[in-house]
Order: sequence, then structure tokens, then C-alpha cells
Amino acid sequence: MAQVTALIHEYLRHDKKFPHVWCPGCGNGILLGSLIRAIDRTGYEKDEIVLVSGIGCAGRLPAYVDFNTLHTTHGRALTFATGVKLANPRLQVIVIMGDGDATAIGGNHFIHAARRNLDLTAIIVNNSTYGMTGGQYSPTTPYGARATTALFGNVEHAFSIAELAVTAGASLVARGTVYHATQLDDLVERAIRKRGFGVVEVISHCPTQYGKKNGMGGPVEMLRWQKDAAVRVEKAAEMSEEDLRGKFTIGILADRDLPIYVREYRKVREAARARLEEKENKPKIRLASGS
Amino acid sequence: MKDSKPQEGTVGQRTRNGQGVLMQGNEAVVEGALAAGCTFFAGYPITPATEISEDMSWKLPARGGTFIQMEDEIASLGVVIGASLAGAKAMTATSGPGFSLMQENLGFACVAEVPCVIVNVMRGGPSTGLPTSVSQADVMQARWGTHGDHPIIVLCASTTLDCYCLTVKAFNFSEKFRTPVILLMDEVVAHTREKVRLPPLEELEVVDRIRPNMPPEWYIPYEDNTRGVPLMGAFGDGYRYHVTGLVHDTHGFPTQRSDETQVFQNRIHRKIEQSFEEIHVVRKEHAEDAEMLVIAYGSVARSARRAVRDARAQGVRAGLLQLSSLWPFPRSMVEPYLRNVKAVLVPELNRGQISREVKRVNKGACRVETLRRIDGNLITPNEILVRLTKM
Repeated sequence: MAQVTALIHEYLRHDKKFPHVWCPGCGNGILLGSLIRAIDRTGYEKDEIVLVSGIGCAGRLPAYVDFNTLHTTHGRALTFATGVKLANPRLQVIVIMGDGDATAIGGNHFIHAARRNLDLTAIIVNNSTYGMTGGQYSPTTPYGARATTALFGNVEHAFSIAELAVTAGASLVARGTVYHATQLDDLVERAIRKRGFGVVEVISHCPTQYGKKNGMGGPVEMLRWQKDAAVRVEKAAEMSEEDLRGKFTIGILADRDLPIYVREYRKVREAARARLEEKENKPKIRLASGS
Repeated sequence: MKDSKPQEGTVGQRTRNGQGVLMQGNEAVVEGALAAGCTFFAGYPITPATEISEDMSWKLPARGGTFIQMEDEIASLGVVIGASLAGAKAMTATSGPGFSLMQENLGFACVAEVPCVIVNVMRGGPSTGLPTSVSQADVMQARWGTHGDHPIIVLCASTTLDCYCLTVKAFNFSEKFRTPVILLMDEVVAHTREKVRLPPLEELEVVDRIRPNMPPEWYIPYEDNTRGVPLMGAFGDGYRYHVTGLVHDTHGFPTQRSDETQVFQNRIHRKIEQSFEEIHVVRKEHAEDAEMLVIAYGSVARSARRAVRDARAQGVRAGLLQLSSLWPFPRSMVEPYLRNVKAVLVPELNRGQISREVKRVNKGACRVETLRRIDGNLITPNEILVRLTKM
């Protein structure tokens, strides 16, 4: 245990004022640990890593860690990350977003980042709520759940972030939970290592807002819920639809090799260079002088 | 550190010989950007700015730069800011509706102090408006479109040559002051094709942001200095720091302490305010002994120039102040004339946006009249001439 703590300390910013902004019992702390362990395992230098985040509790994560960090506008983290990556493809860009940030206001950018298959890693912390602003409903809040903007029960249905990512064309899609921390370390590491757009949906808990409004108990009860509701992908394949109701799969949901944007763009550079040469070698039309 | 040298555009041979080249305003923006060292462009198609994206889409990668068409204008500016933080000189171009979408990220660039250039080719508005018609109605939006107290630099092109030179200037200001710079054009300036003699590359000044070169442990990313502009490390250079849109302390970390927030606000305003002399770009014609002064910008300034010359030929002592920088409003350059002339005419293609500023700094010193046209058509030289003689 002491070894793990020492590792965390190596990556925390020591000039950043603590305590952090998260509530006691928040799942973000576990994710932060997983992220540090995963990055450490990849062997990348701190200078090579850029952590980009959106707005929300998950968005506050990068300030605490000793990398190049960028805390952007709500829903737009993937666009800033795209700019960083394209301007310097040698950087490893990891994007941290919440469920509302990534799939509501940021939904469009999420779909297109997956479609382009840029070499980015998107980690989406899904606690089914807008926690920072007090617990409003989000695109992943279940039907019937309560929120400050759904006092009588949510009448919208949630969609699945992971399935959305698969359809949009992401190279690697994984789902984990903050309960299954060891697995989470692995999933995040795999997503970082994967060439192409890697998505890790991290099921987390917000006891302060969502949990309280929906009678889910405290952090311990909510973690237990994650344990009971999660089914490993391999096991789920053998289960009936009946048995899978109310549960969600964890593990690698998709892993394929698709053309990577930066490599495709090389073709554009070559063709553009050829066009420029052609234009410069063409005989010029001379304008009448003395006008 | 030495600034970079101006980069060769595509126009090369033809202009180096001093010959004129037939060029469109939008095309000149691209050439100017390339000369200034722009290596990154992200955009979204919109009339009448689309040509900038189209030209960039091959001219940039032809030189090792990067172009990407994003899913919307919000994404475009996000990408530009990210690229700039990774060290690139980055730019986007749009028109009214897209410019409205960009406002939030524009504020981010102001607070995080990220150099970038945003071209807004003004068209008829509001909303979808008159996509293929001219207007100058985004002037106030360029100053105040994004929420909160923020400083901003806004330039305005009037000719194809302006499109080239002011784009270079826009990049230089953005690098020097670590701020987004907006280059306003209008649909006429963007789409006019005319003969232009571009300045030789050797005469162009290109400014780069000042990067830190001390040991990384000593680097304080938002530390004040005499210029008020902090040194800017690029991601990956070894200076790891935190960038956020939250108001932050000198280390880049969010703060709510009033002593720290006050210091931040004061510095980002001071860095622009103490350099007004350098930022104001105003051209004068027949202004020194004028009785009637025309203050104009953009394509209207061309009509105004013709009108002023014709008026002089008729014996009317008219003069012109052409504003090539709109914000910060060049008060110190306009005020002296207001005290000496009988009347001022501000022709513009909106319901009176720069005229408000003129009236504000005028404080009743002389008569200020407006000539407003909002039907999507240009104000003609004759319209201005007739008004001048009536005045």
C-alpha cells in the first residue's frame, strides 16, 4: 500500500493548494489513482502527457496532477484536445469529461472525435448526474430517477455512452467502474496505448447529489451497487436478456484497428505539396504594367 | 530569442518582382497568414468566408502545416486554442452566425491568454440575415460579444492589401500581447478581386511569443512583468503548467481570493492599455486642415476616400480618418481632430456602432452626423459627397 501511495505522490502537483474540491466518498479519487498508475505503466514522460478536461467535478482532476494540463469550456474538451494533438502528434493527449459534459453539450464533438479516430484517449466519468451544479439530470440519468430539474422523476431515457462510441467509430471502447479499480487501471492503460480513439466509460457514484436524491445510500452502498450491477463482457455473452436487465457490462467492448487520422493526413500533405509545385511551375499570366 | 522570418506564400515570384497580382481579399488573408508563420487552421464553411478555409485546406499542408474542417465553429476555435497552446500560430475564419458561436471560446482565449487570430467577414444580419450581402454590424459584438470584462484587439481591413498586411499585424499583436485578435472584414472586402502589390518579405515584421528558457522549476506561467504579458511555454517543451478558463493565480490555479482575482483582472487589461499607441492604426487623408471630417472603416472607407477627394476638388475642406483598428477605440488619435473640425460624418453599414464611440469621445466638442445604410448594399462615394456638401 505504501508503494502505491509513493507513486501517487510522485505524480501529484506539490505547488497546488490542497484539499481538493471533491466530496468525501467521491469516485473521482479512485479514477485519479487509476489514471496515475496507468500512465506510469505506459512509461511516458510527464512532459509528453497532456490532460485536457471539461467542466464539472471530473473536469477538476487535471489541476492536481503534474502533467501539461488544460481545463477547457463545457463540452469542448475534445476539440481543444484535437488541436493539441494535431499541432504536436508526439504528445499523448488524455481527455477527462463527465457524462453531461461529454454526451449532452459535448455530444456532437464526441461523435466526431470518434469518427475521425484521432489518437486520443477519452475518459468519461459517468455518475448519471450534473454533480457540480447540484444534481440535475443528464443524458445518462435513468428513467424515473429524481434530480433537481426532475422533481417528479426523469421522463427521458438514458443512452449508453459505450455503445454510442462503438457506433461512432472509436477504435477501442471499454467500460469500467470505480469499484473495479484494478480492472480500471488496465482499461485506462489499454486505452492510452491503443493507437486511435480510445474511450473508457467509468461508472462512478455521486452520493452527495444523485445518491441522496434517489435513496441509494452513501458511497459504500453505491459502490456495492456497482459491484452487483456490473457483469464482465465475457460472462454477459452467455447470459439471457432477462438476467441482464438492470445490469451493465464491463471490460473491453470493442477493439479494432482503424485508419488513424494523422496517418491519413499525410496523404493530404503529399497531394498538397504536389499541387503547390505544379502551381509554382506553371507559366504566369502577365498583367499589363503601368496601370 | 529572435523572431521568425516571414514565410513565403504561394504568390512568390510574381510579387517579388514588384508586379501587381490579381487577388481576392480572402485569398490575401491566407497569404498574409502564411507570411506571418501561421501553421494551423481550423474552420467551418460559411459565406462569405469560405474561400479562406478552401485556400488554407491545401496551402497549409503543402507547407507542413495542418488544416482541419471541424463539425462547427465552436469546435473550430477550440481546436485553434489547443493548437496554440501546443506552440502553433493558429487561425480560424467565419462570419456572423459562426462568430456568435465562437464567443464562449473567445472568452476562454482572453482569460487563458492564448494567442490566436479570428477572422470575421461581416455579412447582413442578424441571425441568418443576408448571407451574400455586406454589412458592418458586428463591430460592437467584436468588442463585447463574449461575457465579462475582457480586453480585446480588433482590426479592420479595407482593401486587399489590408487583408494581407493586417493579417500579419493580427498575428503579431496576438503573439506580442498573448491575446486573441479579431480581424474584421466585410463581404465586399472579402470578395473583391483587385490588383495588389504585396510588400517584399524582407520588409515584413513577424513577431513570436516569448517562450521561457529558465529552469522549469523557476517558471511561473502567469507571472507579471513590465509588459504585463507572461512568458508562454508550449505543451511538451518541459514547462508543465495548468491552463484554465477559471480566474487563476500566477501559477494558473483557480482562485477566488479577491487580492488574486483583482491582480489578474488588472494585469490583463493593463497589458493592452499600456500599449495603445502601438495598437491603434489610423490613416489620415486631408485631415490636418479639414473642416468636415469623415471617420470610416472597411469598404466604406474606400467610398469615403473618393468622396473626400471629390469634395476637395469642389472646394470643400473635407478630410478622412480611416480606422484600421477599431478596438481598443483609437480615442487618442481621433480626439485631437474632433476639437478642430466643424463637423464629423460617420458613414457605416449598421445602425450606428462606431458613431457611438465617436460621440462618446467627442463629448459635444463638434457636431457628429451619421450616414447609416442597412439594406445590404454599399454606401457609394456620391452618397457621402452629397452629405458632405449639405453639411
